[in-house]
Amino acid sequence: MASNSRQFAVGAEPMLPRVFRVEKRVKETADTFTLTMMPLAGDEDFAFAPGQFNMLTAFGVGEVPISISGDPAAPLPLVHTIRAVGAVTKALCGLRKGGQIGVRGPFGTSWPVSRAEGNDVIIVAGGLGLAPLRPAIYHVMNNRTAYGNVEVIYGARTPYDMLYQQELMIWRGRFDLRVRVTVDSATPEWRSNVGVVTNIIPRARFDPYHTTALVCGPGVMMRYVVQEFLKRGVKEENIFISMERAMKCGIGFCGHCQLGPHFICKDGPVYSYALIKDWFEKREV
Amino acid sequence: MAKATEKYFLSPQGFHSLLARLKEQNYNVIGPRIVEGEFVYAPLASAADLPVGWTDRQEGGVYRLEKRGDDAFFGYGVGQHSWKQFLFPPNQRVWKSRRRGDAWDLAIIPADSPPFAFIGVRACDIQAIEVLDRVFLRGNYVDPTYAARRSQALVVAVNCTQPGGTCFCASMGTGPRATFGFDLALTEVLDNGSHYFVAETGTPRGAELLAGVAHRLAEQAEITAADRAMDKAASSMGRQLDTDGLKELLYRNYEHPRWDDVASRCLTCGNCTMVCPTCFCHTYQDFFDLNGESAERRRHMQVCFTLDFSYIHGGSVRSSPLSRYRQWLTHKLATWLDQFGCFGCVGCGRCITWCPVAIDITEEAAAIRERDGEKRGSGG
Repeated sequence: MASNSRQFAVGAEPMLPRVFRVEKRVKETADTFTLTMMPLAGDEDFAFAPGQFNMLTAFGVGEVPISISGDPAAPLPLVHTIRAVGAVTKALCGLRKGGQIGVRGPFGTSWPVSRAEGNDVIIVAGGLGLAPLRPAIYHVMNNRTAYGNVEVIYGARTPYDMLYQQELMIWRGRFDLRVRVTVDSATPEWRSNVGVVTNIIPRARFDPYHTTALVCGPGVMMRYVVQEFLKRGVKEENIFISMERAMKCGIGFCGHCQLGPHFICKDGPVYSYALIKDWFEKREV
Repeated sequence: MAKATEKYFLSPQGFHSLLARLKEQNYNVIGPRIVEGEFVYAPLASAADLPVGWTDRQEGGVYRLEKRGDDAFFGYGVGQHSWKQFLFPPNQRVWKSRRRGDAWDLAIIPADSPPFAFIGVRACDIQAIEVLDRVFLRGNYVDPTYAARRSQALVVAVNCTQPGGTCFCASMGTGPRATFGFDLALTEVLDNGSHYFVAETGTPRGAELLAGVAHRLAEQAEITAADRAMDKAASSMGRQLDTDGLKELLYRNYEHPRWDDVASRCLTCGNCTMVCPTCFCHTYQDFFDLNGESAERRRHMQVCFTLDFSYIHGGSVRSSPLSRYRQWLTHKLATWLDQFGCFGCVGCGRCITWCPVAIDITEEAAAIRERDGEKRGSGG
């Protein structure tokens, strides 16, 4: 199981959001924005583990689960990267500086960054999947000497769909981190890989017996990436994936996020492949 | 004061007084009633509101109220309602917020309600309340609404002496006798023209309640008559379900051809989830007032048979009726065990009675057991 660092920031009223104020809004792609926000004065206690999520409220519109994308060593301001695809996410992405957001959380399990110490760490992200992995990347880079070889493999549909582009450039300039990017369809000025992320994994350098793989992206992408890692000899219990389901409460009450016996909101979203594989591979469960 | 191990004799008149006492103590007394021809759980003004002399006939897709020909207070099984609607209101406000410029003030406005006294809770429904306790009280989080209502509620169980045609609590080990979870438990006896209750207390509160009305120690013959009535009930269940290795059976049969068969009959209407005393799935919805100055969040029950239930950006996880029925049945009889350490099914039979096409959970499970291991599309 993933390192189980559930936190109980919410007390007697687990359904009551705290109010945060938007400090900054950055456009990542055509439909994806990163919001930086602070709690209202006098309510400045917040901690999270990489991979956990919050339930975010657009007042009067609704609430959605969104992974935390900031640095767990500096949990405030709170950072969320949100893709505007539905009514709530569109309302959230439309907020400007000073706008207010309701926050409940953090919820769920986290990437096993402590358990991975001493191992090579290979982080594979597809599209928006980089957002929940960024806190793990921050943690690993903050504690770089605790890990072996570290690589980030990132795939997106086009160069325009890549998140955190400036940060990717900075990471690429580091000598202690290998960043490999690929796109499904390139633009004329694209000078890197073209194709799916699974093509890149054979090129990554790691010792399969001492490797922790952290994977997040669309379901089909995770399925093939997991197979590549298994092919290279990484053990099932060292491959971690982050699952997505409909979630309405975040605390195991509403029933929407069930996957067989698992409530993704509280037993997940981060699972070792060993733990979730039987259910991950079943259709329409 | 009454002792928990003793059994007591309570006359029908004593039972009337018991309800009157509860009203005096400001309980919101809820029990079975016939309202506009429907058998429901609703507030009782007195014991005279009970469906005295009525019984029910239940089969798959069939529910009929009929006259009994005697004056039994509790001569029927369970109906379309269960106690979950009182402990977990099907539609309620979670919080309200008001705008001040750019800012939002949030507040929970607790709905004050007097404590409930539940009258006539069957053993299956006591287990159903236990199941809901595990969901809303014993996890990492506690639901404050459920907790407040549950902690105050007084439970007067009435042991079942008349199981319906769709009942199978004896198979589930949940009835017909209430063995826990009550303040006071009664067994109604109608025997050779005599009519009385045999009472036992489960808590000091129940003992206190009994102490406030005329009662005496029960005689052995009275206790025997009550036991006999329950034994008869246990052996006349209309349905049974073999629970031996049931979880493993269902876990290894996700691709069984029976799922296609039941999916061809299932209307995905969700009636089964609405009458189920343990189905807890719900959703949340936010509302603005017309001038945009206040917003509120409400929660309401939701059924897992809708496409909307599993919808995430890109589509529904369970798009076929097959997958949605399979989710419901395997949740009740398999995954629930891993989640909460008990079955999600208590054997009350409501889902069978109220299914418009008479789909029977016991029959579906038995059909899978009969052809254990068969796969869809392999001659099934």
